[in-house]
Amino acid sequence: MAEFTESLFSIFFIETLMNGLLLGGILALLSIGLNLIFGVIDVVWICYAEIIMVGMYLIFYLNNDLGFHIIPSMIAGILFSGLVGWLTHKIVISRLIDAAPINQLIATGGLLFFFQGAAMIVFGIEFRNMGMSLGSLALSEDIYLSWTRLLSFAISGVIVVGLYFFLSKSYLGAAIRAISQDKEIMSLMGVDTKKLYLLTSAIGGALAGLAACLLVLQYDVHPFIGLSFGPITFIICVMGGLGNMVGGFVAAFIFSELITIGGYFAEIEWGYVLAFVFFIVMMFIRPEGLFARKS
Amino acid sequence: MNNKYFIGCLAVILCLLPLFGVQGYPLHIIITILIWSFAYTGWSIMGRFGLVSLGHGAFMAMGGYITALLWNYLGMSPWLGIPIALVITGILAIIVAYPCFKFRIVGHYFALVTLALSEVVRQVIIATRDYTGGSLGYTPEPHGEGWSIYAIQFPDDRIVFLYIAIFTWLVGIIIWKIIDGSMSRYALEAISEDEDASSAIGVKVTNEKLKITVLSAIMTAFAGALYCQYQMFISPDTIGGVGISLQIVFAVVVGGIYSSLGPTVGAVITLILAEMLRISIGTATVNLTESLTINAAGFPLFIYGIMLVGFIIFLPKGIVGGLSDLLSKKEDKSFNIKSSNVK
Repeated sequence: MAEFTESLFSIFFIETLMNGLLLGGILALLSIGLNLIFGVIDVVWICYAEIIMVGMYLIFYLNNDLGFHIIPSMIAGILFSGLVGWLTHKIVISRLIDAAPINQLIATGGLLFFFQGAAMIVFGIEFRNMGMSLGSLALSEDIYLSWTRLLSFAISGVIVVGLYFFLSKSYLGAAIRAISQDKEIMSLMGVDTKKLYLLTSAIGGALAGLAACLLVLQYDVHPFIGLSFGPITFIICVMGGLGNMVGGFVAAFIFSELITIGGYFAEIEWGYVLAFVFFIVMMFIRPEGLFARKS
Repeated sequence: MNNKYFIGCLAVILCLLPLFGVQGYPLHIIITILIWSFAYTGWSIMGRFGLVSLGHGAFMAMGGYITALLWNYLGMSPWLGIPIALVITGILAIIVAYPCFKFRIVGHYFALVTLALSEVVRQVIIATRDYTGGSLGYTPEPHGEGWSIYAIQFPDDRIVFLYIAIFTWLVGIIIWKIIDGSMSRYALEAISEDEDASSAIGVKVTNEKLKITVLSAIMTAFAGALYCQYQMFISPDTIGGVGISLQIVFAVVVGGIYSSLGPTVGAVITLILAEMLRISIGTATVNLTESLTINAAGFPLFIYGIMLVGFIIFLPKGIVGGLSDLLSKKEDKSFNIKSSNVK
């Protein structure tokens, strides 16, 4: 027991907690776009993580193989992911908009295979690394925090606030919020729901591209990378309450702390096990999400 | 459509295959198809009632890993190990599914909870890599040279497994038929249409759903155990995880979720497609430019993906469902009410 309490107050544990906080920033960023689509269109994009993967590959390819500067590569990545999001809705979801939710889910599962296959065809299954590091920030002799993670943390904070203001203040945002409440009435009011859905999908895709920009700096790209962070992204959205941006943001931090703390005491896989079991149990206790108001 | 005779003939033909000199690689493909068909049938008995589970990869992995671990560490024969694995999987299914049904977690929430279950099992297998080999996979230790009935291991001889696989596949179809003709079917169909209404007319909603889920989980686990005994190699990615869960859903959707032979047709199409693509295109790489190469290994997944999306959009009842609709327009009328009952 003494050892346990000692380990709780050790400097490494504090570092773990802070790294968990920063991982939360990444997870939050990953889940924002999915959450927007979830909330507005009420569709589960199982392939969301694969769109991020496509963005990562594009940035990698432009920067590493074609020699473009990293900034234009990233902008291209964001725009392209936005296009992929737009196409996903245009080609697949719009045909299934009235189908059972589970059919939509399976169809995006098909897109998951499609993107993985496409990535394998073009880039093979090798792990690719940008070989780029922003270094880390030394808080003290023992605590190091990676700049990439700090940056993702900051960006996801900015995005959440930005998206909040976009949805609450702008005219388009109001339309998007209205449509998520009742799509039949909105189309009776003369709103072009199809256009709004396409716009939302494109924004969701672009947010995936933004996540790709930060992920490509710290992880190797390979065709199956989506499977490693896809599931955690879905459960964050569900946990926070579908379409609830703030809830998703908080849930991301809860899960990231669970993962890193689990990883601190045992292997990182146990951290994931802890997070998923927590999710399953929480679904039973609060199926509407952590922050749903009791009706 | 009464296809009892057709299925009987098919089984007889399959049994006679070794007499016609079918062996080696084609026989291997047939055995694999039969084992997977059983897993797919297991999924479809609950999937057809709108209980779309993405957790069957977990059940399959449990079946395979528990059997293999009991054999390697305790020397327990699979004759005992497989039933134990099935019981443990059934208990796991109850632990997860009971609260789900009690708290009315349906539709894509149910799919996501079961998806989390897939991940839990996969991560546990990887985390306990000292015992399970982690992502590198795991092999049940061979029991001496050659045949061993005690260990259900028949290396270098596929014929025994062919008969085991045919028998298992037939049992799967029979289970499907029994459920199709049972009262539970009507109860579950009512539940998938409207839970409150069916509960009001006296259907035990939680009970019915739980029964079908446990049966489905056990069937899938058995397929996992069989796969392990046949291939003598399992890894979290070949019989578990989200990838396998999606593969199961995919094959059943392609074959047809509302027909007894649907899952089998799905298995035939997906596995043969994968093998054909693998053989015809291979894993060759073609250099387009210095940095861009075409890597053929990705084509099966690529085509899978396109097909799955296409089937969901244009043929949601799958190949068998779509065909039998075409063949029997008359019967279609009575079926029409149910034509969109995947919820």
